[in-house]
Amino acid sequence: MAEIRVQHLRKAFGDFVAVQDSNFVVEDGEFFVMLGPSGCGKTTTLRMIAGLELPTGGQILLGGDDVTMLRARERDIAFVFQLFALYPHMNVRKNIGFPLLAQGMPSAEIRTRVEETAKLLRIDHLLNKSVSGLAGGDRQRVALGRAIVRRPKCFLMDEPLGTLDTEFRDLMVHELRELHNRIHATTVYVTHDQMEAMSMADKIAVMNHGVIEQFGSPREIYDRPATMFVADFIGSPPMNFLGFGGGVAKGAKEIVVQGAKVAVPEVREDIAPSEMALGIRPEHIRFDDSSKLRGAIYGAEYLGTTQIVAVETADGIIKARVPAEIRLSTGDHVGLTLSSARLSLFEKGSGRAVRTAIHDVASERRAQHG
Amino acid sequence: MSLTTAHSVVAPSANSKRIAGTIIVLYALISIVPLLWIFATSFKTPPDSIAYPPKILFQPSLEGYCNLFTTRTRQTPEYINSLGPATGFCDETTRKRNMVIAGPSNFLPRFVNSLIIAFGSTFCAVFLGTLSAYGFSRFKVPLADDLLFFILSTRFMPPIAVAIPIYLMYRELGLSDTALGMILLYTAVNVSLAVWLLKGFIDEIPREYEEAAMIDGYTRLQAFWRTVLPQATTGIAATAIFCLIFAWNEYAFAALLTSGTAQTAPPFIPTIIGEGGQDWPAVAAGTTIFLVPILVFTILLRKQLLRGITFGAVRK
Repeated sequence: MAEIRVQHLRKAFGDFVAVQDSNFVVEDGEFFVMLGPSGCGKTTTLRMIAGLELPTGGQILLGGDDVTMLRARERDIAFVFQLFALYPHMNVRKNIGFPLLAQGMPSAEIRTRVEETAKLLRIDHLLNKSVSGLAGGDRQRVALGRAIVRRPKCFLMDEPLGTLDTEFRDLMVHELRELHNRIHATTVYVTHDQMEAMSMADKIAVMNHGVIEQFGSPREIYDRPATMFVADFIGSPPMNFLGFGGGVAKGAKEIVVQGAKVAVPEVREDIAPSEMALGIRPEHIRFDDSSKLRGAIYGAEYLGTTQIVAVETADGIIKARVPAEIRLSTGDHVGLTLSSARLSLFEKGSGRAVRTAIHDVASERRAQHG
Repeated sequence: MSLTTAHSVVAPSANSKRIAGTIIVLYALISIVPLLWIFATSFKTPPDSIAYPPKILFQPSLEGYCNLFTTRTRQTPEYINSLGPATGFCDETTRKRNMVIAGPSNFLPRFVNSLIIAFGSTFCAVFLGTLSAYGFSRFKVPLADDLLFFILSTRFMPPIAVAIPIYLMYRELGLSDTALGMILLYTAVNVSLAVWLLKGFIDEIPREYEEAAMIDGYTRLQAFWRTVLPQATTGIAATAIFCLIFAWNEYAFAALLTSGTAQTAPPFIPTIIGEGGQDWPAVAAGTTIFLVPILVFTILLRKQLLRGITFGAVRK
């Protein structure tokens, strides 16, 4: 196993820049997820790490060695494809043993290694079956088997659960994480599904338009989104934005939104007057008639323990996650109270998050860990 | 509206199946009657073969096959009687017609020529076709579309239109009447078909297979050999049959460019007519034997052929 270090990685296809100046480090044994909408460059980045595409610029270090321009077969990595790429003309045993055959391993050893791997993935009863008859989950396990049988430096997975049914997907998310906990293989996992990313990742990189918008733990990304894109992409429903004008000064503890004063985490930098946005997670909104921030109920989605209530405010609809017991009817006017300590501020122009007290906790934590 | 009509694919009714079956059987009969007639004629005696009204029922004879494989000379009865006892069926039949066997005919070597040239050119066309189709399918080939169009354009006119230039070139190059010359010619004609057909097949094989193999430690060539080729067998088989049928049946170039050592069966078979009257049974026997290899090849690969012809129509 090895650490993966990506430095100033760039890839252009003609005029189209798929990846621009990516930098990140996947530590040894870490489960790293690249998350983003389709076309954001996550798969291209993964394919460059694999050696299936050559970068236009930058460096990729695998376990300290520069592999930027090496061929795929010289990198000692394993790749799990979205469509699994199981060879239809081979049975399960041959599929899993295929990478070992390339190394010229004696057949007896291949046999034991394949059987060990199959046992680990609980597919040992399928070894002599044809791959074409397998169910989605089992195909996925065979694809994983072909990856782990070789004990490579790292695993790269390109939306491996994308084609599975929802029930299988939940099961495989659990299995993948469990497998990772057992073998501690450095893993780079690409997905557009935030649930997969949040539930499996040690670290997430959120990408958009070829740029890494934020790199951090699932908690950091959810609680302290670095940009409005991240705030909007992560969370279901996503973070709400309420616009407000004027800048904020260092040390400010409250802002004025729609004529109402809202307490916010202490601001740590001066922002010149410009269009700004207040970011609020739906679960950080409570209904409180005494609040000056007001809106009218627009609709509600009942989810059992909670409900998502859409509230029409002067600045558009925002969504609140409130207990399911609260009875509301469309058109009711309500006051909104926001959990001040959990709010984010953004500059609308650049989409960048303003440094506030919520980031102090992050730097303290980082300091403790570092 | 009932629910069943909502489906675009409706199971055929018993009636429509019966009608379709009848049409297919009728068509098959119409197509197969000439072949059956040739087959029957090959087992007739020369007088039976030209009898009028035509004989449907007749005493089968191998005379046609004897005549196909031998050359005979007419002799006086005295000379024939002076010979020793007949050595076999063919010898005996020939003597009854006041002839003696002079030696083997050229049919067998011409037939072997056909085998060598047809299979040789098919192999070359499919080999080159597979490699170029893979290249066009997987790599960024500069001007790929124009190149593919150019390759296809070689089929825009009937190949025989360039017969004269090719005849002259072959004479200069010493390729006239050589098996190599014919293999090159048929390969050139077939390779465009092979590239286009195979490109379609290879395009449908996801490139993830090779990428997976290359990541797993194989070179591109090994990956091609171990993952693409096994999955392209259907396409390769279908392409091979098309190429083989063309090369096997080709008459015009063969008649023009081969006359002796490299002559193939198609131009040879009609020449049998001239040897000692109109020997229809011998011609029919030659045609019957000529049909065997293509029949065997097609039967062996019939599954692939069927899937090959309908490729693209049904996707998993």
